[in-house]
Amino acid sequence: MREVSSKQITQVIRKLCMEACTELPFDIREAISEGRKAESTDTACDVLDTIRENYEIAEQEKIPICQDTGMACVFLEIGQDVHITGDALSEAVDEGVRQGYRDGYLRKSVVKDPIRRGNTGDNTPAMLYEEIVPGDQIRITVSPKGFGSENMSAVRMLKPAEGLDGVRRFILETVKKAGPNPCPPIVVGVGIGGTFDKCANLSKKALLRGVDTANPDPFYADLEKELLADINRLDIGPQGFGGKTTALGVNIEVLPTHIAGLPVAVNISCHVTRHKSEVIG
Amino acid sequence: MKIRIQLPLDEKTAVTLHAGDSVLLSGTVYAARDEAHENMVRLLDEGKDLPFDIRNATVYYVGPAPAPPGRVIGPAGPTTSGRMDAYTPVLLRKGLRGMIGKGERSEEVIEAMKETGAVYFGAVGGAGALLSKCIISQKVIAWEELGPEALREMQVRDFPAAVVIDTRGNDLYKRNQTV
Repeated sequence: MREVSSKQITQVIRKLCMEACTELPFDIREAISEGRKAESTDTACDVLDTIRENYEIAEQEKIPICQDTGMACVFLEIGQDVHITGDALSEAVDEGVRQGYRDGYLRKSVVKDPIRRGNTGDNTPAMLYEEIVPGDQIRITVSPKGFGSENMSAVRMLKPAEGLDGVRRFILETVKKAGPNPCPPIVVGVGIGGTFDKCANLSKKALLRGVDTANPDPFYADLEKELLADINRLDIGPQGFGGKTTALGVNIEVLPTHIAGLPVAVNISCHVTRHKSEVIG
Repeated sequence: MKIRIQLPLDEKTAVTLHAGDSVLLSGTVYAARDEAHENMVRLLDEGKDLPFDIRNATVYYVGPAPAPPGRVIGPAGPTTSGRMDAYTPVLLRKGLRGMIGKGERSEEVIEAMKETGAVYFGAVGGAGALLSKCIISQKVIAWEELGPEALREMQVRDFPAAVVIDTRGNDLYKRNQTV
């Protein structure tokens, strides 16, 4: 049994919020420069150069890459042999977000009520995704999620008869409909299977995986590759001005599902796909 | 070749711009997004004046991040313009000349733009750190309580953008179906 104080969790989350918003992950940078090599038009090249210059400025000057520093999506993998002492876990997480968004000069983008609105002023509450896992450590991932891309995401309950073709069609249709709105080049997180809500959850988790990795199942690894090629033939291109770099990666995660179902969720993320992790223990 | 534009933009200059042109904007823009738009349209419905002169004005769809010490403003890139579509035709008919944002516009907005001679500029979404360097001063002019959604007056210098939809309704996002 390991004891972890809620204060420690708060501190880690504070730091991860600030780092995630200012330092673009390496795999995304690599994919952007690969895309740049593939482009031939001035417009597409200019946009990708601007995107690179922007994340370099952010890193050097320690300011956020994008003003939409998102809702703080916080993923906790908590070892079952961990005992958390001090404040309630959700309070500790929110305090970390509050401090990180204040001290990092990050934008406060959360409203109290979806209909009656009203900014909460501190970017809380965090969107919390907890999982109990074996072991005595806590793995914390903060992924600030912007809503330009979140708004273009979709979930659909397909019929099993629609099969692989149906899944492909739905993913391509969602990306096509999104067009220039989610700030392409995008990262496409896909969840297939589970229940309605688990499937959506899975598509968000898929975005935490590097675009330089593949699903361990060769069937899905191939599907990721094929879909990426199909998406990059849609000619949406950087910022929707045309070109070959519409997506930087397609990450698919799957779960078993019901005999009657084939749920598919597509969570779209922009070229500022951010996440930062740390392990306590 | 980038075309230098001094704001406010008059109709005479607006009609010379074409979808696909690269521009550098300098002068005054008004930062307004979702809630500020709702408030502006409510004021007009009530027969009241807007907090700024909208004739020939350019609105920038942006909710900036707070300014760290020693900076004019935090990152300030464009937000998705389509969310403002419902409020835009009425503002265009009051004289709004330019809009800066990212993403598609509705048919209603494009029709109103053609009717009034307005231009829609696209800035690179997600390039908030870089674009913030083109904002040389800014102040909140209304609805401070909205935080990032407050209405702001900004002075920009050589702010890079592309003409996405011109006064004739040509749309860079619909490259293959030019009007």
